[in-house]
Amino acid sequence: MIELYLFLVFMLIAAIIATEIKDLLAAVISLGAVGFSVAIMFILVQAPDLAIVQIVIEVLTIVLFIAVILRTTHVDETIRKKLSGTQIFSIVMFAIFAILFLIVMFRSLQEMPDFGNPIMRVASEYIKLGLPKTGGANLVADVILDFRALDTLGEATVLFTSAIGVVALMRKSGRKKKK
Amino acid sequence: MKGMSLIVKTITNIVIGFIFIYGVYIILHGHLTPGGGFAGGVIIAGAFVLKFLAFGKGAKSEKKSSTTASVFESIGGLLFVGVAISGLLLAGTFFLNFLPKGEPFHLLSAGIIPLCNIAISIKVGAGLFSIFLALAAMKYIMED
Repeated sequence: MIELYLFLVFMLIAAIIATEIKDLLAAVISLGAVGFSVAIMFILVQAPDLAIVQIVIEVLTIVLFIAVILRTTHVDETIRKKLSGTQIFSIVMFAIFAILFLIVMFRSLQEMPDFGNPIMRVASEYIKLGLPKTGGANLVADVILDFRALDTLGEATVLFTSAIGVVALMRKSGRKKKK
Repeated sequence: MKGMSLIVKTITNIVIGFIFIYGVYIILHGHLTPGGGFAGGVIIAGAFVLKFLAFGKGAKSEKKSSTTASVFESIGGLLFVGVAISGLLLAGTFFLNFLPKGEPFHLLSAGIIPLCNIAISIKVGAGLFSIFLALAAMKYIMED
């Protein structure tokens, strides 16, 4: 349990470094530290399926970021410039809303079940019926591809839409030529 | 996009087959061990990304592989929907597990789950590779 909190603190520090550092390559590496900490936390709470996906996606994301940075620029010019009035105003407003949100959330967070002790009203049925109903030994695959396959279809649609969006943004045809 | 040095190219040639096989293993054993279509598809996309970064190709073949990736992504999506609709046609419910369940803990078991895993892996792998190509490798956009 204590190691989860250690990783949480490490992730917070790495995230702050990733937003504040001037060299973009170092920022990408701190971002990778956050992602791999998430993967290790998944392993610690015994979720190997999620850990595999998290590690693989993290590697691909870091490679993508580095490939983009090597093509463009290393230095983030916007960091540590003097803040303008509107920026200070937006930061103050954001802080006020965050505090308000936490105050409102406080009561409902007290009603939540304890960490690591879920209520298991739905999940216990899945665990009981997973192997006999579907025949798959991996319970996660049973849930995402049999009991909740429609959710997976929606997820696939989200990925499809994002790929279409990226390709449509970056395509050559239909773009005005600069003169 | 120029390729990398000879060391990187040689190591890539040795390693890439293993990465590909590992991805296929993760996909096909998705209903038995941790992993599944999503993770395996991303691993296969990673193999393609490695090949692309190590060797590099001219602008024309980048455009061509982008088209191929889009086509494969569409094929994967259609396969997934096709499995779902065949459940509707053959047994009367969308996404019904209509195939025989088989013996648990065997490779050929769990009905439609392996088919769904294969379809999702094609879709995810091709989709992520096409996103990678669009964001990091499409030089012919910048050149005009």
